[in-house]
Amino acid sequence: MSSGAPQTALTAPLRELGRAGLFLLTAFSRMRFGPRQLAEILRQVYFAGVRSLVIIVICGFFVGLVLTLQTYDTLTRFGAADAVSTVLALSLFRELGPVLAALLFAGRAGTSITAEIGLMRATEQLDALDLMAIDPMERIVQPRLLAGLIALPALVLIFNLTAIVGGIFFAVFLMGSDPISFWANMQSSVELMRDFGGGMFKSVCFGFVAAWLAVWFGWSARPTSEGVALATTQTVIATAIAVLVLDFILSAFML
Amino acid sequence: MTESSDIAISLRRVTVRLGGRTILEDLDLDIPAGQVTAVMGPSGAGKTTVLRLVTGQLKPDAGEVWIGETRVDRLGGKALGRLRRNIGVLLQNGALFTDLTSFDNVALPLREHTRLSESLIRRIVLMKLEMVGLRGAAQLYPSELSGGMKRRVATARAMALDPGIMFYDEPFAGLDPISLGVSLRLIRDINAALGTTSVVITHDVREVAKLADHACIIADRKLVATGTPDELAASADPLVRQFMQGEPDGPVPFHYPAHALDEELMLRGESR
Ligand SMILES: Nc1ncnc2c1ncn2[C@@H]1O[C@H](COP(=O)(O)OP(=O)(O)OP(=O)(O)O)[C@@H](O)[C@H]1O
Ligand SMILES: [Mg+2]
Repeated sequence: MSSGAPQTALTAPLRELGRAGLFLLTAFSRMRFGPRQLAEILRQVYFAGVRSLVIIVICGFFVGLVLTLQTYDTLTRFGAADAVSTVLALSLFRELGPVLAALLFAGRAGTSITAEIGLMRATEQLDALDLMAIDPMERIVQPRLLAGLIALPALVLIFNLTAIVGGIFFAVFLMGSDPISFWANMQSSVELMRDFGGGMFKSVCFGFVAAWLAVWFGWSARPTSEGVALATTQTVIATAIAVLVLDFILSAFML
Repeated sequence: MTESSDIAISLRRVTVRLGGRTILEDLDLDIPAGQVTAVMGPSGAGKTTVLRLVTGQLKPDAGEVWIGETRVDRLGGKALGRLRRNIGVLLQNGALFTDLTSFDNVALPLREHTRLSESLIRRIVLMKLEMVGLRGAAQLYPSELSGGMKRRVATARAMALDPGIMFYDEPFAGLDPISLGVSLRLIRDINAALGTTSVVITHDVREVAKLADHACIIADRKLVATGTPDELAASADPLVRQFMQGEPDGPVPFHYPAHALDEELMLRGESR
């Protein structure tokens, strides 16, 4: 066993990934859509969305503010202050919106999904469902998976919106830029499918990954308080890494 | 099955290994239908494991598990689900769903497995809660209930579908004498009213005498005694005596299997 230390350092994450993948396949293979299931999905979308709404709005506003501040400062040196809104919109739609919202989502909604499912395991609620012949995969896992898939793109839209409001606040109200050219420049430089659509595609992928990891770490948590605590931490770390790696891969394919 | 029809559950030469240890070995166990059977044994003897075998949550490494004419350890998927609808289980700590009220907890299996109208479900749920004396607590959440009350709500939930078999895992642990009396009567009442086969897992020897028609003791990986509570109390077997009299050490050791203590201390010392 001792000689296998470097090997386990490599194989352990791979094995975990394999198990998480199998778990996902099982969840999807047992997918059923009754009216009750749809109601539960909506309820989870509401929870995941509302839980993250405050942090998304506040962070979105300040990201827009600081982004405009930095680009305004840089671009005026080249006499290109007009391009502020273009830079703001493109960097938000393509990169910052999906990535930052996904990270915030993992910290807020992802952790509570993990803790919730982990505690359900620890307090035998999952066993109780099983014993009542109610499939916990169907009733607990699937709604939360799909909820992440739906909620994150919606949160990204809100994030982008508040960030642009932040940008307008800085550029127009504090710096006195012309609001009409601010909008016109943004409109003329953003391509709907390529920039906006690409970003939304990313956020669907990120939402899926964030929900998958959150549900998986909760499901596989050791049924103790330390186990649940560890699982919540793992959710944040794993989602952060996965989102950034995936972001690079998706960007490389889209450009 | 060749046994007479008044055996509800039977385990045949069942062996279970968990985490490299043999928990049960060649265990034979019969549970009579329509009666209250107590399954006793020291902590860690494998009582909850027996429950998990019967509900099909755990497959034996060898042997057979029967409920009536159904072989449980061969079931999976839908058939296992149908079987479980006929088994009510009170888990060791109740395991109520914390985001649902008492009412919704009890209603859940009905909403899931029947097509009854909401008004009918309401009547059934209130009846079940009335039976456990907690109709007044219908709108409370589990966090607002005491431990004993949680277990009673969980009992109501377990019997929501009027199952043929009820399992109670440690229903008396941590109850005050009054709640204990209430629980005892409740188990008897359910047994009488619904004609269920009741299995009570407990190490509370004194309560068993008042409650059970039939009792068995699991220790040391096998069934060590079975009979009426009176027969067990009168048994000459040292192991049964140790358990029934509550002597700390005897044939059932107090310690979890381990190396000899001095050996282990030596080993630790050398490895440093
Ligand atoms: N998943 C598992 N992996 C390894 N060992 C296990 C597992 N589950 C239970 N065991 C072991 O099986 C033995 C029997 O456990 P079980 O829960 O059936 O005991 P019990 O008789 O119900 O005890 P108690 O009265 O304390 O509830 C214990 O010694 C426990 O260590
Ligand atoms: Mg137990």
